[in-house]
Amino acid sequence: MIGLAAPMPAADSGAPPLPTATKGRPIVTLRGVEKQFSNGTLAVEDFNAVVGAHEFVSLLGPSGCGKSTVLRMIAGLGAPTSGEIDWPSADHDVAGEPRRDLSFVFQEPTLMPWATAIRNVMLPLRLARTARSEMQDRAAEALALVGLGGFENAYPRELSGGMKMRVSIARAIVTRPRILLMDEPFAALDEITRFKLNNDLLELWGAQSWTVIFVTHSVFESVYLSQRIVVMAARPGRVISEIAITAPYPRDESFRTSPIYNDHCRAVSAELHRAMAA
Amino acid sequence: MNDAAIAVAGPVVKPARAAARRDAAIAQALPRILAPVAIGVITLLLWEITVHVRGIEPYILPSPLLIAQTLIANWGSLQVSLWVTLQTTALALIVAVVLGVSLAILFTQSKWVELSFFPYAVILQVTPIVAIAPLIIIWVNDTRIALLICAWIVAFFPILSNTTLGLNSADHNLLNLFQLYGASRFQMLRFLRLPAAMPYFLGGLRISGGLALIGAVVAEFVAGTGGQASGLAYRILESGYQLQIPKMFAALFLISLSGVCIFLVLTLVSHLVLRRWHESAIRREN
Ligand SMILES: Nc1ncnc2c1ncn2[C@@H]1O[C@H](COP(=O)(O)OP(=O)(O)OP(=O)(O)O)[C@@H](O)[C@H]1O
Ligand SMILES: [Mg+2]
Repeated sequence: MIGLAAPMPAADSGAPPLPTATKGRPIVTLRGVEKQFSNGTLAVEDFNAVVGAHEFVSLLGPSGCGKSTVLRMIAGLGAPTSGEIDWPSADHDVAGEPRRDLSFVFQEPTLMPWATAIRNVMLPLRLARTARSEMQDRAAEALALVGLGGFENAYPRELSGGMKMRVSIARAIVTRPRILLMDEPFAALDEITRFKLNNDLLELWGAQSWTVIFVTHSVFESVYLSQRIVVMAARPGRVISEIAITAPYPRDESFRTSPIYNDHCRAVSAELHRAMAA
Repeated sequence: MNDAAIAVAGPVVKPARAAARRDAAIAQALPRILAPVAIGVITLLLWEITVHVRGIEPYILPSPLLIAQTLIANWGSLQVSLWVTLQTTALALIVAVVLGVSLAILFTQSKWVELSFFPYAVILQVTPIVAIAPLIIIWVNDTRIALLICAWIVAFFPILSNTTLGLNSADHNLLNLFQLYGASRFQMLRFLRLPAAMPYFLGGLRISGGLALIGAVVAEFVAGTGGQASGLAYRILESGYQLQIPKMFAALFLISLSGVCIFLVLTLVSHLVLRRWHESAIRREN
């Protein structure tokens, strides 16, 4: 508890720990994005956001507010019905499609049940026709990074829910992407595992030069992880507000119990309630 | 026990426990074999006794022992027929697998191909083989090929429809994932659709194995004595004409035995392919 006093003044002194979206080089820009499904559901309307390089942004909102839809559109899975998603700093291929260089972690582990953990992790490299030996090394390295060294040859059904999720994360990071999109990756896990994976994720994010867009419906998780939280409201899905979480990194367990964390949670909670009432 | 250490070190198999587990597996498997064998032996005994006690004539119902003796006595000719029928069956099954899987792959590549051809596959399936076998035998000069076509028609559909279903039932999120990583159509097929279709295909294969045998035998019956190729059905017809009922039973026994063997072999193949990952093949431990 004594240690808690230390990070607080640092946060209050206003020294910016890491560049935020407005300051960092924008990596993806969403302007007036709208998505209407063929059955008439208006899932997302007039969605505006900028995500900067190396930023950690969370999308927070009630169930069904269009978080997954936005994330999938960013990934290029289903085009917006109107508005545009720009990749200012990305190369474009001959068809004019941006080379997004991103990885996606789905809400479910989404592993191939017929392949061992390492073969699942190797998949993106195999699709990119990487040499076999390099594939092996990098996949093993990624598995070790998520704490699954020794489970290379286990099949998904032989792994626990949290371990499967970690394989899925290893598969996402094995390509060393610029952007990591995560759709409620830890929602189905118990609290202890979730906290552990939260910490692992932050550590990896600190060490690599990633940009992370993280979807969650947990206020606590979003405050713990992100530099900025985009709060969404439902029907139609839209941005209600953006909240910066100024607390410095590295954040650890002591941050979870600190008053500043509490304050942020309270503020974000209020926003979320406003979103749900809107 | 230090469970944490084991978890970190990865899967640990202790030799003594592995041996114990193997013994347990055998102890579990034994009743599954012994029970049906016991039923079989009892039935045969009752059959044998009934025939003798009632004094039933061999041309009405031969006793099992007599059938066995006839089988051994006529092994020379029966064995040739068995071989002929098995050849037709196996060839028909192989052609059904090759064409069924190829067509299923074609179907998943183009919706239009599927829409155009699938109805005809259904027509082929629902038309009784006995009804079209005479036509095929008339049209095709070589009887062996005619028989092969009949057996193939029957065996083809389960493989086609099951494989098509399997290729289309790949997990939606996994399809998205492949799309995200820019997988080519071939990669999508090779690494996702084909493995996902495997359990469905193997299920179809098990059905088709038995159907290929039935198709072969039915076609042989229709071809009748006209066919110079003499399969087991021909032996049954022949014995019928000559009132050699024990020989008829012997041929019948060989057909059933072949069917059971085909089923067992295909079940084993299916188990070996799926045992590491598919729900149908893994032994649940909780
Ligand atoms: N393929 C689809 N066809 C039609 N409507 C859809 C489709 N996918 C999503 N929707 C609708 O769009 C809205 C937003 O869905 P989305 O999955 O983005 O919500 P979400 O914020 O991710 O919710 P959750 O937190 O429960 O995952 C919902 O009202 C949903 O019914
Ligand atoms: Mg969602």
